[in-house]
Amino acid sequence: MRLTEEEQKILGGKYGEALRISLSILIDLGELFGAEGMMEVSQAHIDSSVYMVDAGLEFAERLADLGGRVAVPTSLNISAIDLQRWKEYRVPAELLDKSRRMERAYLKMGATPTWTCAPYQQGLIPRFGEQVAWGESNAIAFVNSIIGARTNRYGDLMDICAAIVGRVPRFGLHLTENRKAEVLIRLKNITHEILEDKAIYPLVGFLMGEMAGDRIAAIEGISENVRVDSLKGLSAAAASSGAVGLFHVVGVTPEAQTLEMCLQDRRPKEVLEITPKMIRHAEERLWTAKGETADLVAIGCPHFSFMEFRELAKLMEGKKVHSSVAFWVFTSRTTYGWIKNCGILKDLTESGVMVFTDGCALQYPHETWRFTVMMVNSAKLANYCYSQTGLEVAYGSLEECVDTAVHGKICRRDLPWRKR
Amino acid sequence: MEKALKGWCVVPGQCQGEVVVTSQPISFWGGVDPKTGCINDPRHELFGQSISGKVLAFPFGKGSSTTSLIILELVRVDKAPAAIVNIRTEPILATGPIVSKHFYGKEIPVLTLDEEAFRLLKTGQHAVVNATGGELIIADWSRSRIGRASVENAPQKPKL
Repeated sequence: MRLTEEEQKILGGKYGEALRISLSILIDLGELFGAEGMMEVSQAHIDSSVYMVDAGLEFAERLADLGGRVAVPTSLNISAIDLQRWKEYRVPAELLDKSRRMERAYLKMGATPTWTCAPYQQGLIPRFGEQVAWGESNAIAFVNSIIGARTNRYGDLMDICAAIVGRVPRFGLHLTENRKAEVLIRLKNITHEILEDKAIYPLVGFLMGEMAGDRIAAIEGISENVRVDSLKGLSAAAASSGAVGLFHVVGVTPEAQTLEMCLQDRRPKEVLEITPKMIRHAEERLWTAKGETADLVAIGCPHFSFMEFRELAKLMEGKKVHSSVAFWVFTSRTTYGWIKNCGILKDLTESGVMVFTDGCALQYPHETWRFTVMMVNSAKLANYCYSQTGLEVAYGSLEECVDTAVHGKICRRDLPWRKR
Repeated sequence: MEKALKGWCVVPGQCQGEVVVTSQPISFWGGVDPKTGCINDPRHELFGQSISGKVLAFPFGKGSSTTSLIILELVRVDKAPAAIVNIRTEPILATGPIVSKHFYGKEIPVLTLDEEAFRLLKTGQHAVVNATGGELIIADWSRSRIGRASVENAPQKPKL
């Protein structure tokens, strides 16, 4: 790789060990992918700030102690816990201590305490075409696809290195020619009626991720009026079932105003279809619950938006969460402030819903809550549920999640793709 | 008799070990238990199987960006695969072995093979990996070809 004089000084240790290690790691990545040199990024989003294993904590504390400071505006993804309501969240002492140490290390390095996996809904949002370095698979897919900013799928650890250096190797999705669609996926017999139910989008995303694998897909057949929260669910699911860093929704996302545009005037290498039967099958595959009850209903994967809270508040009006069920919503501190201000939080709390910030339904303290079956409205959450929590999982729409929480047994509605 | 497969170096290094191969992609986060080094995704065909010390072959990574962190933790607790063999290696997957080299001074060689060569890998073979030289040698080729390769740690049945 060709390095600038400045970059060579960093490698020589002139600006300290944290910068030297970070740049060395980025250069190794660049060499692998044939980058010719480094390029600047304007902001970073850090996934590594969640305490999950000791290696991540060792890495963060060492970088912070070595004088590592972020060179560009940097937001933080989730924490392992609710850093403010840790008592109600029943956080064990060790997890609390390690999450606090993680918080200290990243704030010392100068990151913004956003603590959200939906950083694209408020805070440091990049503009179209902006070069950024983001971690968190759902956020990467969203920012590339829906906003049209440019990032590679930066893994944990690489994201903080990029933030400290403010540069990344010039390769992959940072370059226009690598952003063209390779696979075309068409929705077949999926009518407007079916698409009106928001619960379909995570399932479409789940299938799209499986079909695309590590290729860039263009999907055709989604209405231009699709809501941003639906795209959020679709994007998160796709990035969990495939190595999806970028996809195009024809007529919806900025690099796909037309099919030709996102194909960059080439032919797709493969054309595939998603049918109602496949949607039904995807839902069946995600569903691992054997019985008819769920003791945890968890929503907000990715973090619940203000609009989603308004819908939830309406659905919960005049209802109470059943005594056998915990109903949890995960959101960002910013959104929490908004729902507190307008009274939604008070109403939800009174009806028995618990709202947590910073954290993630996949990382809750398992040993202090003894759940057995989780009901969710996120295909990403359903996909990772067993391996991360050991819980069986049921998947449904937001309405079905509310019904289940209120009645204390898994409720299903007659959703259009379930009709045979 | 041995068989040499030519590939490309992703992360340099050399090692040898037993091959564990799957045609399914792997997400290390949500797919591998960082304490034990066993596959813990019940939908994966390798469910229950240990990847520690193995030459782990899968076509490409998928899923969470925490994969790199889980690989680093596997290195920290000595449960990492000996080497990784892919058809395509994406940045998130490469990050674990790269950081491991700079942070713990430990190598996990990563090598890519084309699809045809990848298909010659069978679980239970003994492989000598020279990622630096872009080569993988199946040491017991003649034996493994006629299907006598032993499969230790055969996957347990999913608990679900």
